Parts: sequence; structure tokens; C-alpha cells
Amino acid sequence: MSLAARHLEAAGIPTVIVGSARDIVEECGVPRFLFVDFPLGNPCGKPWDVDMQYRIVGGALDLLERAWLPRTTVQRPETWAQGAADERWRERYMWVGDDNRAALAQTGEARRQAQGAKRRASGE
Amino acid sequence: MAQGISHRRHVSYIDKSREYYSASGYDRPYRWAHYDDVPFSRLAKPLSLSRIGVVTTADRAPSAAPRATKLFAAPNSESGRLFTEKSWDREATHTDDPETYLPLARLAEHVEAGHVGSLSPRFYGVPTDYSQRLTLEQDAPQVETWMREDGVDIALLVPL
Repeated sequence: MSLAARHLEAAGIPTVIVGSARDIVEECGVPRFLFVDFPLGNPCGKPWDVDMQYRIVGGALDLLERAWLPRTTVQRPETWAQGAADERWRERYMWVGDDNRAALAQTGEARRQAQGAKRRASGE
Repeated sequence: MAQGISHRRHVSYIDKSREYYSASGYDRPYRWAHYDDVPFSRLAKPLSLSRIGVVTTADRAPSAAPRATKLFAAPNSESGRLFTEKSWDREATHTDDPETYLPLARLAEHVEAGHVGSLSPRFYGVPTDYSQRLTLEQDAPQVETWMREDGVDIALLVPL
């Protein structure tokens, strides 16, 4: 998505990205980025929270109009968690630990074998 | 004042995905796009006179469908019928409310309020792809062409 933003911007169409994967977007380098520090899936606001969604989209419009330099990141003040327990999504997502390392290795191996079989079947 | 913190809060998805795929037996880490230079364009006219177009990574077809079906321009009325099978946090949330990743109704409200001129009659889908070359050479130029057909002045892009 960052690559598409860069293309459009270079073609004269100003862009803003609204997203939650800050490191990926900033490493690529984009003109304007509105960072919403939520779990992946709902960058434009919590489900069914119309007021929050309206504010975040309004923030994206502000950023489009008011940024004067590329690589402008603005972080929204909204937070996902109601309490400390709700912050566990940060660790839980794509978790790798002693409790799942063997299972991950096994699943990965099965996936590679399935992909290999598919490639052989299609004659690639 | 809020409480102080001792660690960076925001998640590094580059680190997380590298460790996850490494544990899954993939030895070569993904090379994320990185550029030193970043383009920048100023708005050609005031926001209140500009037409906005929205780009999503949600799909019109299930993930097993051919890649070509995932690069699309669709009428705004089809925004409720998308597939969201990509990497997002299934434990923490859901994508049952399309406005959380494709905020066409919220944008229409901002149009109504006079904050932005108009909303493109279509929104645009680009595949999330391992291949940066296809995004650069095929997807992005096609979205630009569709935006020009629709008279789009400014773009809001939302990766899931």
C-alpha cells in the first residue's frame, strides 16, 4: 500500500495512509501517515464506534491538507485498551515462544510440502 | 499527565513477522521496501473542493482466486461485500464493520459537512503481494488510471 501511495503522490495525487503497522509504513517512506495504534484490522476506528471513526477520518483529511513535508507521521490519540489486560494483543499477535515453537515448525514444513506438490502438479 | 513508560509501545511488525516465519522454517527474511527519497505533492485545490478516492487491501474475491481479480475498481455500493482474509489480528478484533477499514460512509459524512468536496463513485482494491515489482509496475499505475477516469484529486489509502 505504501508503494501505491508513493506512485500516486509522484503522479500528482496527494495521498494519506491510515494504518496500524507503523514500522512497515515508515521504513518504506510515504508522504503522509496517520498512525492508529490498534491491532491490525481496524485502522479507521473501533467497530461500530461511529464517532471515533468520524474523528479518525477527519484526522486523515487534516493531514492531507496541512502536511508540508514528506514522511509526516501523525499519531492519533485514541487507544485500544480499556485497561492493562487489553494491551496483551501487542505480545500475542504472531507470538513465538516455547509453547508453540514446535507447532510452528511443523505447520511451516507441512505448508512447504503442500506448495511443492502444487508446483510439481502444475509443471512449474 | 499519563503514566510513564519504559519500552516503546508500538509493535514492530517487521521484527514479529521475521521471527514468526523463521520459527516456521523460512530462512530468508522478507525484504521490506525501503526508500530514502519520498515524493510529495501539494493539494492543487482546497480540500473542500477536492474529490477523494479510497484504496483498500480488502479483496473482492477469496484469497485463492486469481491475482487479477484482486486489482479492481468497484462502485461504492459494493463495499459491504468484501473478503478480509489477510493478516490482521483475529484474536483481538474482527472486520465485521467495513467502516473500520474502508470508511466510505464516514467520508460521505465529511462531504456532507463540507470538509471535503466529494467522494469518488468508486473505490479501488490492490492486492497485498509478496512481489513489490507487481505493485509498482502494474497495480499502482492502474489505480492512477482509474482515479483519473473518476476525477479523483486526493487519495486515502488504508492497509488492513
